[in-house]
Formats: sequence, structure tokens, C-alpha cells
Amino acid sequence: MSGQRPASKSELMVVASAHALTGKRICFVGVGLPNIAVNLAKRTVAPEMELVYEAGVFGANPARLPLSIGDPTIVTGSTATVSMHDLFGLYLQGGRIDVGFLGGAQIDRFGNLNTTVIGDYAAPKTRLPGSGGACEIAINAKEILVIMRQSTRSFVKELDFRTSPGNLGGAVTAAKTRAAQGWGGSGPSGVITDLGVYGFDDDGEMVLRSLHPGATIDEIRASIGWEIRIPPNVPATPTPTDEELRLIREELDPTGAYVS
Amino acid sequence: MSTSKLVDMRTAIAAHVHDGDTVAIEGFTHCISFAAGHEIIRQKRRNLTLARMTPDLVYDQMVAAGCATKLIFSWLGNPGVGSLHAIRRRTEPAALAPGESLLEIEEYSHHGMVGRYVAGAHRLPFYPLRSYSESDLPKVNPLIRTVQSPFGGEEVYAVPPLNPDVTIIHAQRADAEGNVQMWGLLGCQKEAAFAAKRVIAVVEEIVPASVIRADPNRTIIPGLIVNAVVCEPFGAHPSYVQGSYDRDNAFYREWDTISRDAAATEAWLQEWVYGLPDRAAYVAKFGAEYFKGLTPMSAPSGSVDYGDYR
Repeated sequence: MSGQRPASKSELMVVASAHALTGKRICFVGVGLPNIAVNLAKRTVAPEMELVYEAGVFGANPARLPLSIGDPTIVTGSTATVSMHDLFGLYLQGGRIDVGFLGGAQIDRFGNLNTTVIGDYAAPKTRLPGSGGACEIAINAKEILVIMRQSTRSFVKELDFRTSPGNLGGAVTAAKTRAAQGWGGSGPSGVITDLGVYGFDDDGEMVLRSLHPGATIDEIRASIGWEIRIPPNVPATPTPTDEELRLIREELDPTGAYVS
Repeated sequence: MSTSKLVDMRTAIAAHVHDGDTVAIEGFTHCISFAAGHEIIRQKRRNLTLARMTPDLVYDQMVAAGCATKLIFSWLGNPGVGSLHAIRRRTEPAALAPGESLLEIEEYSHHGMVGRYVAGAHRLPFYPLRSYSESDLPKVNPLIRTVQSPFGGEEVYAVPPLNPDVTIIHAQRADAEGNVQMWGLLGCQKEAAFAAKRVIAVVEEIVPASVIRADPNRTIIPGLIVNAVVCEPFGAHPSYVQGSYDRDNAFYREWDTISRDAAATEAWLQEWVYGLPDRAAYVAKFGAEYFKGLTPMSAPSGSVDYGDYR
């Protein structure tokens, strides 16, 4: 780490997410941290990756970090700019997306996500944005990666509302439902937080795969609302390299708008 | 002979947007007709059902101004920033002001909302899609239903057609007859326009028909379905027009602060909407220098040769 200040929690999330994209080809991008992660992956572990934005862009080549999902920079220099009907029908539902990024206000142990309401739907405590494209991304992208900061408010035993299905009530029911209802994808494959990286085991339940530098198992347990599965001898998430940190700090997010 | 449909915004809104209408001001982040939204506020339309994939600031402002009783949408937020606070004050019971009522909400996902316009435009009874299974959305929206395929019995979800009374779109250019050309993010402008009973096309620039005919692949909406054409430079600000001006991200962030407070929101509407006669005055109030700061560098497309077949 010659001369570099150590990675922040957000930087650890971004680098771990980029690593999860190793070798991936067609990626459905969100704004914020996923956007930086995908652009970092494209410059490091997945140079062949095509960036797809739900706003209607395939093969984006953004010259700056887009604030919104529909920034003009995703259009200029892209391979194809299409209607949203084409994007959701031909590209997503048609089965052309390898990996989709999702996040949410709440996630449960099976990777189901809530982006709709906190509290009762008809009289919500907090009205959240809703699905956007998330529900059909969860169903039709070949696999799903989730990026979320973890806390007992967001990693919950029971969702207030299920916006986007993950592994439903477990791997068996999820596999049956996917086959019966013609889902294009196989659901969540990883969850990257500010403390660690999680996968899903044979039961379809979230399990800790690696622990970020500086994080502890106690912190992990204290910030998840259920008894999280932790195998013995959890490895450490690889420390970001100097080059990865340089790319984030100098090229991808020079003002520190997202990763500081 | 082509007929000019060119009118000013005041005339277009007065003629085509009525109390109680279902109105769709479309444009996905790109090309949102804030100029039309502000004129609807000025003309004090009431009891509107506002349909839009992403209500954005334009519907937050229209809801704050009391124009709407119902929202139809798929993603309710300030893109890249956070919440739409005026709408939240009308959707969360604890935040509701005395005398106000909750907005009626009808929500879909993006693909579902696009599909509603497609079914409406195609005059079909529903649009089938692979979404919603095992989501709670069909439980809270009874209009999201399943349908069985007549070819093998597979069950998929379906959404009903949406036929707005009026769709308002913004684009780069049109001729006076309303043949509209657009580039950049196309959103669902075409589908929402074809689904509507009436269409108002708002553009940055009016061009001769010969310009349209020189590049017919770029025409997304024909004058055939357009009732009124309005020329409104910078009419999409604070959203953007590809190649003309950038998204005013600073304003999107500023609105987050303004809209958190009902009184500040009302003061903003007084200063920037009610207090101004039209879009030209809004543009003048910002000043030419301000918009210079939002002008991108040039990146022209190469031109293509359609061939001359005389």
C-alpha cells in the first residue's frame, strides 16, 4: 500500500464487487456503487464486459460518472441506444443479460429484496421508490449480485414487502418456481456489503464467504437480523491493490462523490 | 398540403389538458417537458391522474401544486439523489398535512409500465411479460394479473393497456406538422404517444419538412398522431436534451432541500412557476450564462446516405 491511504469501507465494497464480475460479459448496471464497480471491473478483471443501462443503452462507454441512471454520457459513444421496450423485452427478457446488480432497503436470508415500502403498503412509514426494473431484472438476468451496506435495519428476518424475488423460501422452492414460471435467471449469487462478501449455500441461504480487512465476525453478527451462517475459517477479502485504489480515486470517482 | 399545428404552450395546454384527465408527460430522465408541467400548474388543472414511469421532479412539483389525485408509475424517486418529498408527504399518513388527502397510487415495474403503453398503442387488451412472479406487487395492484397461453397453457403475468387522455413529449426537433425527430434515450415516448387520445409535441427547434425527410429513420412520431406542436427552447430543463444541454444535476440536488419543506416548495413554485408568464421568462430569469454552463461539447454523428432513386 505504498503511499496510499488504506481503503475505505465503500472502496472495499467496490473492489470486492468488481472481483465478483471477473470474466463476466453482459452486465446490467445500476447507478452509484454498482456503476463504479462495473467500470472498475471493465478496466481490470473483465475488459470485454458490455455495460447495459435500463434507460436503453447497450455497450455504454461513459466518459464521466453518471449521477442518474439516464445521464447523457451513457449514450455518447455507446454501441446501441434503444427504446425501453426493446431494452426490457429484447435484451433483458430475451435472456441476453449475464449479471444484474440490485440493492434495496431490505434483504432477507434468501436474497429477496424490498425497495417499495417500510411499514404497511397502504399506510407506509416510509415510501421507497418501488421496483423500477428490479423485479424483472431479478427474474430474467442470469444471475444477480447485490450491493448493500449491512445493518439490522436492512438485513432483516422478514421483509416488509417483497419487491424482487430472490431464493424465495429456500433453494428447493426457488428452483421449482423458476422452472415452472419460466424465469430466465438463477437468482442471487452474491451479496457484497461494507463488511464482507456473501454467497448462497445449497439451501439457498446467505452464507459468509469472506471478511473484509478490518471487519470482525462480531460486527457481522451484530449487523444482521438473523443468525447468519458462518463457516469455519472464513478467508479475508483480498486487500485492494494500489492500482485499483488509484483507478477509483483518480479516474472513476475523483471528487469522492460515491466512494469516500 | 401539410397544416401547421404550431401553437404556444398556453394554447396547447388550454386546448388539450382538462380537469380530471389522465396525463402522461413521458421522457426517461431525458427530454421531460417541465415547460408543459409548469403551464399545467399555472392553468390550475385539478384532479389529474398523472402517469409516468418515473414521476421525477416534474410530478413532485405538480403534486405540490395540487394538480393531481392519482399517480401511475414504476419508480418514484429523485434519480441519483433520493426521494420525491412532496409526493411522500401525500403518500405517508404520518407526513400528511391537515386537510390533505393521500394520493391514489397504482404502481408497476418498468417493463410493466412500458407494456401498458404498448398494449394501449397496439389496441390490445393486455401485455404479457415475465415479471411479477413471487413479488408482492400483484397483491397490492389488482390490475397485475396472470394469463394462460393458448399455446401450451403456460401462465405469465399481464398488465392492462394504458391510454392517456393526453401524452406530452419533448424532443430535439419537429416540423410544423408535428413529425418529431429524437435521439439519445428514447424512453417510451413513441409508445406513450401512440397510446394517447391527444398528443402535444414540444421541441427545441422547428425545422423545415425537408430536414425531417432527409433522415426519416430518426422520426419517432409522425405528425399523423400529433395535435399540437410547441417550440420551447430549454423546455426540458432541469432534465436535459441530448446534444443540446446537460442535465442540471445541481438543481436535482437543490430540489431535495427545497422539497423537504412544504413552505419552501410553495415559495419556489411562486417564484419560478406562478410568478412567470411562460418558459421564455423562466429561461431569461436563469440567464444565458447559466445555460452556457450546461452546454456540452460537440459530438456529431456521421451522416448516412439514403440514396436518390429518381
